[in-house]
Amino acid sequence: MSTRTVRQKMGRDELIQKILITGIVIVLFISVLMPLGDLFSRAFLDESGQYIGFSNFVHYFATPALVQSFTNTLYVSGITTIISVAMAFLYAFALTRTDMRGKTFFRYAAMLPLFAPTMMHGIALTYLFGNQGILTTGFFGLLPGFEMELYGPLGIIISEVIYTFPQAYLIMAVSLAFADYNLYEAAETMGASRLRQFLTVTLPNVKYGLVSAIFVCFTLSFTDFGAPKVVGGQFNVLATDIYKQVIGQQNTTMGATVGIILILPAILAFIVDRIVERKQNSAVTAKSTPYKITPRRWRDHAFFAYCSLITASIFIMLGTVVFASLVKVWPYDLSMTLTHFDFTKVAGEGMQPFWNSLLVAFYSAVAGTVITFVNAYIIEKTRFLKGMRQVGYFLSILPLALPGLVIGLAYIFFFNHPDNPLNWIYGTVLILVIANIVHFYAVPFITATTALKKLDKEFELASESMGVPFYITFLRVTVPMSLPAILEIAVYYFINSMVTISAVVFLYSADFKLASVSIVNMDDAGDVAAAAAMSVLIVATNIVVRIVYEIGTRKVRKKTEAWQKR
Amino acid sequence: MANPYLSIKGIRKTFGKFVALTSIDIDIKKNEFICLLGPSGCGKTTLLRILAGLEQPTDGRIFVGGRDITALPPAKRNFGMMFQSYALFPNLTAAQNIAYGLQAKKLSKKEVQEKVQEVLALIDLEHIRDKYPSQLSGGQQQRVALARAIALSPDFLLLDEPLSALDAKVRLKLRRELRNLHEKIGITTIMVTHDQEEALTMADRIVVMNNAEVVQVGTPQEVYQKPNSPFVADFVGAINFLEPSVFSGHAKGEDRLLAIRPENIHLMEPEAEYSQKAIVQDMEFRGSFYRVTLQLTSEQDGILPHLVTMDLPVGQTHRLGLSRDKRVAFEMPIESLISFDQAAVAKKTGSDQR
Repeated sequence: MSTRTVRQKMGRDELIQKILITGIVIVLFISVLMPLGDLFSRAFLDESGQYIGFSNFVHYFATPALVQSFTNTLYVSGITTIISVAMAFLYAFALTRTDMRGKTFFRYAAMLPLFAPTMMHGIALTYLFGNQGILTTGFFGLLPGFEMELYGPLGIIISEVIYTFPQAYLIMAVSLAFADYNLYEAAETMGASRLRQFLTVTLPNVKYGLVSAIFVCFTLSFTDFGAPKVVGGQFNVLATDIYKQVIGQQNTTMGATVGIILILPAILAFIVDRIVERKQNSAVTAKSTPYKITPRRWRDHAFFAYCSLITASIFIMLGTVVFASLVKVWPYDLSMTLTHFDFTKVAGEGMQPFWNSLLVAFYSAVAGTVITFVNAYIIEKTRFLKGMRQVGYFLSILPLALPGLVIGLAYIFFFNHPDNPLNWIYGTVLILVIANIVHFYAVPFITATTALKKLDKEFELASESMGVPFYITFLRVTVPMSLPAILEIAVYYFINSMVTISAVVFLYSADFKLASVSIVNMDDAGDVAAAAAMSVLIVATNIVVRIVYEIGTRKVRKKTEAWQKR
Repeated sequence: MANPYLSIKGIRKTFGKFVALTSIDIDIKKNEFICLLGPSGCGKTTLLRILAGLEQPTDGRIFVGGRDITALPPAKRNFGMMFQSYALFPNLTAAQNIAYGLQAKKLSKKEVQEKVQEVLALIDLEHIRDKYPSQLSGGQQQRVALARAIALSPDFLLLDEPLSALDAKVRLKLRRELRNLHEKIGITTIMVTHDQEEALTMADRIVVMNNAEVVQVGTPQEVYQKPNSPFVADFVGAINFLEPSVFSGHAKGEDRLLAIRPENIHLMEPEAEYSQKAIVQDMEFRGSFYRVTLQLTSEQDGILPHLVTMDLPVGQTHRLGLSRDKRVAFEMPIESLISFDQAAVAKKTGSDQR
């Protein structure tokens, strides 16, 4: 027999898949890594391209005003994290470990802040606690008033707590839902008290979730732009600094430097999240039994009261903004009107920004969903070019570590550069859509990957053995089976694109403003009622989209669940 | 073998420094049912994947009906494959699953329908043609998976541990069904399994593999009764390995290792002059028989450091009133003894349960 190795001829599937994998990696490289590289080079190089090391950072930390906003940001995010995680932990505990009533309601209610731009939380606080706020004036003079220093750290912290609460809750709920009841029974048989069980079983069990929630909350509030912009007053934070440096003073070098500082906790969170992910996977085994909830009256009532308080706060905030958007002249003429929804007379330039936002959100949802799902499929389900696929996976989850402001900043540097052949997309709708997709890419990517992992990995082999091209199986089997996840991804892109301000605030062009941008502009110009009205429009749109999604997918989900039943 | 249909010649596979297969040669006749049997990590699945074209051999060739298919991608090899999970598409009905591969060929709608009908009739499942996989029983799913694999009239069929996902009772039934279907269709089949009972009951010939090598190829009877190495003897069925000193009375070759299967050891009542003596050390109830562990004793009733297990029908066990610590006499018929020379003993690699 010949000893010469016979190489397999490349089949059509192999060729197409290799081209796709390579293409994905190139696109991710251009849209994620290169803009980021540009940002770094601006922070570490001088105008002539000479490496100047950390001198920008030295300069930064030698400027008292800038250092002040750095410590301000640390302070605000630190406090926010503690409050938000503690609140979310109790809330998630109530929903996963107690027998209280109204769980479905509480579950949805906790999600409400996700539908609103962060500016809206600030606007709500203005109307509640501001100079003419409902509570400040004691319900417009009916009750004794109540003074507090809203503009500054307090206002920012309250807004950020509301903003980060749903995210922390989601992480904690997942973490608390996975528990091995055997451990509790074992503790019980050994006579451990409730408190001891909580300290020795519950807490160690959710420690990774806690760590993850802490980092997520810290990163979100560390990098948020919307709330400090509205209720920050003279209290400077990093996110507003970047905006002032880049948009106000055209100081891109310092902007990039602040951008790098902004990215640090996010990168740390990213690394921690990767480690946590690995550990949490091994924590629950197939042998674990799910947690059994036993009713206990006082605990259940106490948690019901607690959850009611939280959701009441959320509804009051939301209700206040709706109310404010309808009041004629706050606080003097409380009669109802829709005039604030006519944006033509204020700084917001009419309804156009709202339609623009809808368009961008729609494009981001459609293009983002297709790109995300195809990428996840190629990376998860094909068997060629393993190294390339690993690079693709890494680049796909890397955006988790990129705050919106950093993406926006990196994109102006990268795409606005006259030598960049892609320069033409700067100032177009396209760059907004791309920035949104990259900004929100990681979470849908993980959702898609998780959904794909649930599908039998032998589907691809089976279709290959029958000589059926992979793309046919992708369309005929993979897509229908993953439809719930695909729709979930589309909604995620849509809602986030509607509320986001951080990335797009650097990228929108003067003749194509977005709703979130116009909220900031109107608020800046003192047209707060109009800003409230625009916020209401965004929230209402998102709620409608979510409801349509819930109703529309009920059938689809039932069908796929029936298929997956074994 | 004269005119083998499927020929595996010198297939070698390495992953870096790890050798998954060392020069495998197997010849398979047309319509034969072959089982690749071995412990996990022996290379049997790698070999199956190489046959399917999902893995490239480092060296060697594969011929089917005289055609060299080594360089062909999976889609061009014309084989059917049934997977451990069956990999039936959950969102397609049984008939759609079977038609799946046919639709990719240049066939008219009518031809596809006719073929699906034909295959459904063959597996006796015409009544479930419009059911989804989740509505089918495990056995029906398996038959649909098989139907899907054979609908394209493949040159050969690959089965990757097709029964391992099922519980014991269903497994027994499906084993028989699969075998019956094979007899009906008569397609060259290669099945991977780590279950020796499955291999014994289903295969025309068994290829026993261990440590990236083929250890023995033979009919189930050959492999069971005449294992060519202690490894095969041990892996296929239960076995006692005997030190030559056990046979102090017999004149046996010193350098040979002897072995005997538990069912071939017989109790003697009354004892004969040549019988071995032992004390019952342990009894394990196995339903239809007892597996009895015997501690050998010397002529002077001194305890010897040798244990032997034997299988004893339940009736006989009760009749003899066998219980722990009871003294018994037994014989090991010479014709049932399996002996290995040193070369065969050297093959005893990997499995070190003894």
